[in-house]
Amino acid sequence: MAKFRVCPDSGFYFDKSAESLMKVNAVAGAVFLLIAGILALGVILTRWQEVHLLPADLFYQVLTAHGINALIFWVIFFEIAILYFASSTLLRSRLAAPGWAWAGFALMIIGAVMNNVAVLQGNSSVMMTSYVPMQAAPHFYLGLILFAVGALIGCFVFLGTLVIAKDDQTYQGSVPLVTFGALTACIIAIFTIASGAIILFPTFLWSIGYINHIDAEMYRIIWWALGHSSQQINVAAHVSVWYLIIGILFNARPMSEKVSRFAFLLYIFFLQLASAHHILVDPGVSTEWKIFNTSYAMYLAVLASMIHGLTVPGAMEVAQRGKGYTKGLFEWLRKAPWGNPVFSGFFFALVIFGFIGGITGVVMGTEQINLIIHNTIYVPAHFHATVAVGTTLTFMALTYLLIPVLFRRALFLPWVAKMQPYVFAGGMTIMILFLLGAGTLGVSRRHWDMDFTGAALSFEYPGTAYMMMAVGGIGGVLGVLGGAMYLVVTVGSLLFGKKLEPSAGLFQSFGVPLAASAYNIDQPDQLQMAPKLAVEEHGSGGFEAPGTFVLALALLVCFVVYYAINWDYLASVWPMG
Amino acid sequence: MSSFLPPADRIWWKVPVGRQEIVWISIALVWCLIMFFMMPYWHVYGKQNLSSEAYQTNAEKFGASVETFVEKYQTRIDEQSGIPVVTPPAGSDIYMLGRLWQWYPILELEKDKTYRLHLGSMDWNHGFSLQPVNINLQVVPGYEMVIKITPDQAGEYTVVCNEFCGIGHHTMVGKIYVKEN
Ligand SMILES: [Cu+2]
Repeated sequence: MAKFRVCPDSGFYFDKSAESLMKVNAVAGAVFLLIAGILALGVILTRWQEVHLLPADLFYQVLTAHGINALIFWVIFFEIAILYFASSTLLRSRLAAPGWAWAGFALMIIGAVMNNVAVLQGNSSVMMTSYVPMQAAPHFYLGLILFAVGALIGCFVFLGTLVIAKDDQTYQGSVPLVTFGALTACIIAIFTIASGAIILFPTFLWSIGYINHIDAEMYRIIWWALGHSSQQINVAAHVSVWYLIIGILFNARPMSEKVSRFAFLLYIFFLQLASAHHILVDPGVSTEWKIFNTSYAMYLAVLASMIHGLTVPGAMEVAQRGKGYTKGLFEWLRKAPWGNPVFSGFFFALVIFGFIGGITGVVMGTEQINLIIHNTIYVPAHFHATVAVGTTLTFMALTYLLIPVLFRRALFLPWVAKMQPYVFAGGMTIMILFLLGAGTLGVSRRHWDMDFTGAALSFEYPGTAYMMMAVGGIGGVLGVLGGAMYLVVTVGSLLFGKKLEPSAGLFQSFGVPLAASAYNIDQPDQLQMAPKLAVEEHGSGGFEAPGTFVLALALLVCFVVYYAINWDYLASVWPMG
Repeated sequence: MSSFLPPADRIWWKVPVGRQEIVWISIALVWCLIMFFMMPYWHVYGKQNLSSEAYQTNAEKFGASVETFVEKYQTRIDEQSGIPVVTPPAGSDIYMLGRLWQWYPILELEKDKTYRLHLGSMDWNHGFSLQPVNINLQVVPGYEMVIKITPDQAGEYTVVCNEFCGIGHHTMVGKIYVKEN
């Protein structure tokens, strides 16, 4: 019989085996974030041309490892923890097949270590994308494959847990919105991993000599069904976490279950398109396919994100207004707990993801506009807004919530935690904005030397480009500092944080459960449906969240203006056809 | 009352949606459709589009086409780099290849004339990044891509490689000169 404990502070029920798995996956994620962060410093300080820290070979090696550790290992380990939380904890269910879950975790660790070793050995500096025919060592691909299989097992454990919860009737009615969002992430993950298997397995065989040719364009098209979709797992996961955070902090309920779930459904149908974002200027790809794919059919996944962009802060506003923060348009926001890193982290992630990540993503994913952006440093600037701030900062905010609830430790150095989202978001925003600018001036991504030292022909970028790379570098260093603050708080809390449970010890952080006596519940009571509102209130003229509506309109104005500017810029370059 | 509990209404999909969401979804949908139709619109009325003309090829075949082109129209050799400078007739088919780590040959074009540019790679992926215009194309081995270009300003243009292609990637610089006619 599964044994549960109840967290006295939050009321969440933790299944003993699920709890240990969440902890080890979250901690593993943080370890890979640490590696990625240290490597980030090498990348930033080399691209900042006046510093130009690393030699070329080391730079490309460091850049390869930075990309894989940050974009794959860190986020996916953390997402597996979220999947277990959204199924077992939120539904008060025992976890399906914990043995399999541990096996999946072991595979992910072996794969991630193997891949890192391959890159460290120096013959696999092929970037995260590993475009053929450039070849990495066989264990570079094998590591990724093992990691993917492990993550796939995690997805099935999540699905199995949903089935068990339903069979055991651990909850009334439908699954909560957060769980529904996690299910979306899981479905996209399964699609992603399948694409990964289709392309990485033959590539592995090619690297050991069993296959002698892989078409370079086919590789790019299928690889990006993996590479782009894997980032969409992040979107679905971090949007789910946003709903979780506003629920916990503000007791917010979704403005409309139907609308929010419909938006997640649009993600399932359309978000795994858009692999074309990376092949818009490739040879031989048909125009119709590019337009259809790059726009997620007809921007239907963008529509979904715009919906969440309204309903997440909107739900928070409604809850805040219900508490009496009704003055003007923005009292609900002004009086939000800005000193709580769970809130500030979440809110900065939301704003930067939407205003910078979202808008730049759609603009550069426009078929023709991509001509003036492809492979410039604009591209990494964009995905640092979506993944390094949108996803990563959201997960950081969630960590501050999980340390007391899951790990039963008080936050270590709470004042550092309080400042952390400001430093991280501030630094990253500076970096992102200036790299966007440098990309517009033509500075390349994945490029060691913007001086072109040793080239037979010479070229000089304008001084502004150097200035932008330098300011971007300063922002990046600040961002790394913010990342370090997160790790100091996290690791410090797990090692030295005040114990909120007498038995919460050192090894507890690495998967060992609390004292057996803490798990004194055989099966929690059935999870009840959220209470109904006494009166269906719809504010003034049905506009329950007018402040959010104004913010949403501001987003739209920025979007339209920036979109138009880029068409105008495109119209000024050489005619082509 | 919360987002992480089962919905308050068992039949949540029948609960009417608030006006604010309906208005926003409508606005957002219109904007999405505008953005979608901008792309085909630009194909018809815009001047910067990419054709999907491309041919499967290999290094040997494409290299031979480029060599024939160079032999036919070479006018001089660039002293700095030793790369031939080719001055093809206005409006003709022109060739450029990327290889470790060079763009070859150097092209000399006339302003406001339209050329059919054939791009290909001899080895790995390369990135054709024309500066300071900032036109960027992916050059994939095994494929010959054909784009019509019309240089509309005279001057010296540089082709930077912006797809990582190994340790000498940053030395991969080419040139296109555009002359007044
Ligand atoms: Cu190159």
